[in-house]
Amino acid sequence: MSSTIALIFIGVSVLFIIGIKFLSSPKTARYGNLVAAFGMLVALIALHKTTGDYVWSQGWNLNYTLIALGTVIGLIIGAIGAYSVKMTAMPQMVAMFNGLGGGAAALVASLEFLRRAQGMEDVAAAITIPMLFATLIGSLSFSGSIIAYLKLEGKFEKPHTFPGQNFLNGLILLVILGLGGWLTFNATGGNAVTAFIVMFSLALFFGIAMVMPIGGADMPVVISLLNSFTGLAVAADGFAINNLAMVVAGTLVGSSGTLLTLLMCKAMNRPVTNVLFGAFGSGGGGGKAGAEDLAGKSVKPIQADEAALLLAYAQRVVVVPGYGMAVAQAQHQVRELSDELGKRGVEVQFAIHPVAGRMPGHMNVLLAEANVPYDQLQEMEAINPSMDRVDVCLVIGANDVVNPAAREEKSSPIYGMPIIEADHAKTVIVMKRSMAKGFAGIENHLFYKDNTRMLFGDAKASLNALIAAVKAG
Amino acid sequence: MDTNILFIFILAVFVGFEVISKVPSMLHTPLMSGTNAIHGIILFGGILVLADAATPLARILGFVAVVFGSANVFGGFMVTDRMLQMFKKKKK
Repeated sequence: MSSTIALIFIGVSVLFIIGIKFLSSPKTARYGNLVAAFGMLVALIALHKTTGDYVWSQGWNLNYTLIALGTVIGLIIGAIGAYSVKMTAMPQMVAMFNGLGGGAAALVASLEFLRRAQGMEDVAAAITIPMLFATLIGSLSFSGSIIAYLKLEGKFEKPHTFPGQNFLNGLILLVILGLGGWLTFNATGGNAVTAFIVMFSLALFFGIAMVMPIGGADMPVVISLLNSFTGLAVAADGFAINNLAMVVAGTLVGSSGTLLTLLMCKAMNRPVTNVLFGAFGSGGGGGKAGAEDLAGKSVKPIQADEAALLLAYAQRVVVVPGYGMAVAQAQHQVRELSDELGKRGVEVQFAIHPVAGRMPGHMNVLLAEANVPYDQLQEMEAINPSMDRVDVCLVIGANDVVNPAAREEKSSPIYGMPIIEADHAKTVIVMKRSMAKGFAGIENHLFYKDNTRMLFGDAKASLNALIAAVKAG
Repeated sequence: MDTNILFIFILAVFVGFEVISKVPSMLHTPLMSGTNAIHGIILFGGILVLADAATPLARILGFVAVVFGSANVFGGFMVTDRMLQMFKKKKK
């Protein structure tokens, strides 16, 4: 590698780092993405082979035609996916793109491995190990992401579990690692090829087996984890084919993705191991105990007209959106209601729980789509201390994230999870389709509190009724 | 293997942790999506192996890798931009 190329790749690495840094602040986030994309373009133009040959100055042949064709097809697929996806389906789209990246990482490593294995080329373990790692992690990320995608699309509602599942998964993992260990020292010849294909297939299966038992509510954590996995696989590919830009970019994604995964788990107050291995809510013991405590208590329904009066004459209103708002596509109605109340001099804020919706930040994206300015959005920690000075807390399709059982009941599966203290407001209005339980599958104590009123019905229809009533009043 | 690469790898691990340590939760989804696009750099890996492909099988697999990588990198940046263009301050 000449020093000019080295300098270019240092520049590219800096662009990626600045891009990620900018992405973590609302003011600069959009530039951050563009900076990273620009870095990618520079790296593409300056792409060199391991041998030091400049890729784009080789003679044009069938392979280059395939490269151009494949890139254009991928571009079209990516563009259609990116611009046609609904904002509510964003998490699925990220999962899908991540899965494709993982698949590509696995294929690149496999091709490199098979080429050397068949060519009877002696390969140092220092090259074999990254190749095997990239194959394993990449294919696991590919199949796991597809299951995550299907789960978020609602194809498998319930977590799939059976006795001995963790044991079986452990066994498969052991076989995979055994094969990997053997291949490290026997990386050439026909046996190596066979063992490699078995390992590849098992890794694909392991990705499915790993994600299948995890509930839909935990998919954000899984996607974030698989995102960092893909990053590491790409970094390992970079080691194998000696490409620095891939090592740096992949590692940055791997480590920042790991931290992001941990931050998400922290927001739910659950260790990451519990998310991955502890099929949430399947025990149900805590839920039953809660139901007995609540026996004899009933919820108090409210009509839209009355709710509108409470809102219109409040001084301070806090809206807590949840997945129900996303399902009902009600973010525009929420904005309209907030504007109407604003005109009447009501101070309206939005309280966003870190894990509300199907992905952290999901609510922010939806509300941003409806042009709610982000300075009106408050994080949980910022709003909780002042919740007792809130006149009306309007809960729209959120459930577990406002359940006081997390604070009050030790036996509850969500005990200890930080929640938005909706019950501290003078009046709580909960908009909900029915009395169905949230993802955690437990009763919500908030619904039975004396200061809570239930506004049943589709969130969009209820909001339209509220808007009309506020306008009339 | 060049040990310099290992050195760079270790430093990148710490940089990755450090740069996002103060990210507000409202940006978690765009950040995940943005980093997802960055690992789309695997497209280059696909291009490199396909450029040297010598058998029909290698061409097919390399081609699939390029399509996947290309969808990852282009789709990733576009979807992130689409998300972020909605984060605006209130127009006054």
